[in-house]
Amino acid sequence: MNADQARASLASTFGIDVAAAVPMVVSVSPDRWQELGRHAKEIVGCRFFNFLTAVDWKEQGLEVVARVDNLEDGVSLMLKTKLGPGVSNCASLTHVYRGANWMERECFDMFGIHFDNHPDLRRILLEDNWEGHPLLKSYAVDTPHPPYR
Amino acid sequence: MALNDPPVPVIPAPIWRNFKELQEWEQLHKTRPEGDKHSALFESVTEGIHNFPGGFVVTTAADAFLNWARKSSVWPVTFGLACCAIEMMATFCSRFDVERLGMVPWASPRHSDLMIVSGTVTIKMAPMLLRIYDQMPDPKWAVSMGSCANSGGPFRHGYHVVKGVDRVIPVDVYVPGCPPPPESLLNGLLLLQDQIAHFKKTGRKAPPNEKVD
Repeated sequence: MNADQARASLASTFGIDVAAAVPMVVSVSPDRWQELGRHAKEIVGCRFFNFLTAVDWKEQGLEVVARVDNLEDGVSLMLKTKLGPGVSNCASLTHVYRGANWMERECFDMFGIHFDNHPDLRRILLEDNWEGHPLLKSYAVDTPHPPYR
Repeated sequence: MALNDPPVPVIPAPIWRNFKELQEWEQLHKTRPEGDKHSALFESVTEGIHNFPGGFVVTTAADAFLNWARKSSVWPVTFGLACCAIEMMATFCSRFDVERLGMVPWASPRHSDLMIVSGTVTIKMAPMLLRIYDQMPDPKWAVSMGSCANSGGPFRHGYHVVKGVDRVIPVDVYVPGCPPPPESLLNGLLLLQDQIAHFKKTGRKAPPNEKVD
């Protein structure tokens, strides 16, 4: 599926107007997040899961960002969903893309986003007894860590 | 489009995550009394020789000889952490050749006298560093190499960096630089040899931080 067909299919399924760009940015509400991932993989053919991360927009809440690519046809999608203020739950893409497993664990580690129905949600980089999530804007610089301060 | 397919199988937690035994061993090691590192018999014999008329000549000469032996065979444990380790390797190699000073980079902490902390110490790495340091036999020395090991360096305000390795182990010589060239490290090692020759007590841990401790 080429880029124009992908835009048409996204417009008909999700009712959003996607601007032609590389990558195409697709923003949906959190309750359609997993559906969007499945659409991107099965309809648009983006079988390569590039990365998944999050952005902390302070009082506007967290935004989960994922990039998937269709390497055969050269179509790239940037999937975005704003969780809203105070919300830290998001649907998991692990059941669509296996590669999302560790990415979501890292996202949980750094931002504290709980991915529902994730098979193995625990910290991946920091220790298990770490307090807080360092990449949140509310995490203070120079937070002391006993016993090494 | 079914959204609730059977989930991906749950991966069990790996078995090496259970550190309990190692932690107990470490606790035992920490609470080990200082006395069992010394021999009371040897101490009383040397004390007797020292108090014998003219005997101090023997003990001081023996001290000087032992310190000369210690400083002439300082074996650093190979413990590279970051980019400073590249400079450390260059120091160990033939161009700068610390082997002419009696230093053999050794791959086991149990046969080593010196730990060159070369690079950024992360909070996750600090317990392992302490464990390797504890495995070295006394007397032992530590050289903090580079800005990261000295104070945290450019990563000082990162969330995961120990702000100076002297918060974990006592340090004898600080070598500044980012990274220090081999000449700097050689200078630091020569300073360390000078300290060992006089067996000065220079190792210190960072003073307590009033805000945290």
